[in-house]
Amino acid sequence: MSGNNKKAKLAVFKFSSCSGCQDKLIDLGENLLSLIEKVEIAYFLEASSRIDPGPYDVALIEGSVSTPHEVELVKEIRKNSRIVIAIGTCAVYGGIQSLRNWMNYQDVVKQVYPKPEWINSLEKSTPVSDHIRVDYQVSGCPVNELQLFSVLKQVLTGRRPYHRLESLCQECKRGGNVCVMVSRGIPCLGPIMVEGCGALCPSYGRGCYGCFGPMIDPKPDALARRLEEIGLPKEEVILRLRGFTGWSDPIRRFLERYERE
Amino acid sequence: MSESKSFEIKVSQLARVEGEGGVWVRVKNGKLDYVEVNIFEPPRFFEAFLRGRPYLEAPDITARICGICPLAYIFAACRAMEKILGIDIPEEIKILRKIAFYGEWIESHVLHFAFLHAPDFLGYHSALEMARDYPDFVRDAIAVRSWGNRAIEIIGGRAIHPIGFRVGGLYRIIRREELEPLARDYDEIRKKGEKLLEFILNLDLPDIEYDMVIMSLKGKKEYPILEGVVANNLGWEFPEDSFEDNIIVEQKKYSTGLHYRLRNGRSYITGPIARFNLNYDLLAPEVKDILEKAGYKAPLKNTYQSIVARAAENLHSIIEIGRLIEEYSEPHAPYIEAVVRAGEAAAIVEAPRGMLYHRYRIDERGRILYANIVPPTTQNYAAMEEDIFKVGDLILSGPPEKAQHIVETTIRNYDPCISCSVHAIKLRIVRE
Repeated sequence: MSGNNKKAKLAVFKFSSCSGCQDKLIDLGENLLSLIEKVEIAYFLEASSRIDPGPYDVALIEGSVSTPHEVELVKEIRKNSRIVIAIGTCAVYGGIQSLRNWMNYQDVVKQVYPKPEWINSLEKSTPVSDHIRVDYQVSGCPVNELQLFSVLKQVLTGRRPYHRLESLCQECKRGGNVCVMVSRGIPCLGPIMVEGCGALCPSYGRGCYGCFGPMIDPKPDALARRLEEIGLPKEEVILRLRGFTGWSDPIRRFLERYERE
Repeated sequence: MSESKSFEIKVSQLARVEGEGGVWVRVKNGKLDYVEVNIFEPPRFFEAFLRGRPYLEAPDITARICGICPLAYIFAACRAMEKILGIDIPEEIKILRKIAFYGEWIESHVLHFAFLHAPDFLGYHSALEMARDYPDFVRDAIAVRSWGNRAIEIIGGRAIHPIGFRVGGLYRIIRREELEPLARDYDEIRKKGEKLLEFILNLDLPDIEYDMVIMSLKGKKEYPILEGVVANNLGWEFPEDSFEDNIIVEQKKYSTGLHYRLRNGRSYITGPIARFNLNYDLLAPEVKDILEKAGYKAPLKNTYQSIVARAAENLHSIIEIGRLIEEYSEPHAPYIEAVVRAGEAAAIVEAPRGMLYHRYRIDERGRILYANIVPPTTQNYAAMEEDIFKVGDLILSGPPEKAQHIVETTIRNYDPCISCSVHAIKLRIVRE
């Protein structure tokens, strides 16, 4: 990591999630093989049964914090790691499972489990950064593997990683798509969401559903107004904005106000 | 081993599986007397927060149950909703779905048999370590897996949580020439797929034989992937709609997870070994040739040989993608639009790990009122525990370190996807 030739120790942890973002590491394929020339994979339970108890140079955390056990575990990882990177929308914003945060938790548990008293979960699914200091975040459901790889490479060479946090619209324009909202009146969350996916949904003629989370300084109020103007009832606007990353600070703060209006 | 011994094997964190689980085996006086597969993956309550959401979101939301087999969730949800709305999917769109779904089988199967499971039989901690001694095998595996991912990306936009599929079809028409990059590499990938299968057939797999109840979809003319009737090796055959009538859900005191059994109380295995044994006649003949040359054919005798079924299905998937690309002609419209109506329906697809069941009820506005999802891994938990008893002799005949390895391998035979299984598992805190 610094001047010496010792390999940096990399750890990968899974919290409440689908495993998709850690699979993105495996998807690096040949790039992964080149990466392990620079790092030692010290802990990556899905890929290896070798377990190094740490301390680690870089810890990647996938998944949200949603159980009392995870609250403890995430603190241990922080103590045991020099750099912590939250990867994926669950770790960065709480993930799709944070849809339950808008509901009455007791009702949620009862709907799924006949014996709710056996469930040892938290009322809310929350981002890693609600619990510990996080050095870098790479969102996405799943993360873009090239973005992840680039952040990893920059961190491992001692640089401060940078990736753009502009709106999806910028990426969509660069991709040469016709705006689905302007041309066809299809509701799209692109104007407040961050780029990174390649503007996939608009390139398929559908609106963005926000799985990468908000851009820097988003304007959800303006988007909500526009969605109402193209004919979406307020109730629908709320459903859509809650969606995948509605628990992110800017969207949640807006929704809390908007729902009362 | 003649002297009676007592020991415990406690694997608190299973490695090389998807998600978080452990296993506890107790040997008392030289006899295996207790096995539990603990699951401590956090519950995520999908069925609860699906309620009230628009029906069109079911595929995109349930995809997030599993990062390895999101398409299985997407297609199970699509098919159930299409049944409710009375949508008949045109052949062209079915072909695109199959190409992508076979791509997912390849992606998932190669991940498991090459990267997660093969190290067990060759004595490595991971495929990365294996790469030093078997560079060709690992590189071929990476190439084949990337090709499978490519198939999903081309049709669905991205390999994990693709966005191109919807209830009624796809969000846009896929042009024939877009499939060209897949077709171009087909010959090379197929050769690699053959080499991977031959490599697996050369592994030293346990040869023991024991009783297995297996259950999967059964195809009529094609190997089952998107649809079929449910069948098992006890001679049962029933439509997907009566799945819940034929199984019972059971909660064992010692287990943190739900166990599914047949209505007669027997555990059953779902997944590649079940599909393989029940649909062997429908496998591509080229796959069967390679298998039979190496002395394998259906029925495979034990779950360790599921790695054979996986590598065989992988080659079958490659060959099928090649064939389907040739057959494909562009549809007139990307999807079938239907009038929303209230209703309820169930659908089963074959996820790489086995049968995945979805049932939904929606109201007249298309809002989801009720969802029930039964992933393959929950169906396998009961069989997994019983399997450990079946290989009791192997466990007892060596030192405890070896025994632990056998126990872990036995669980990995199932390619368990704990992340999937726990979206709705009953978590139990054991307080002793």
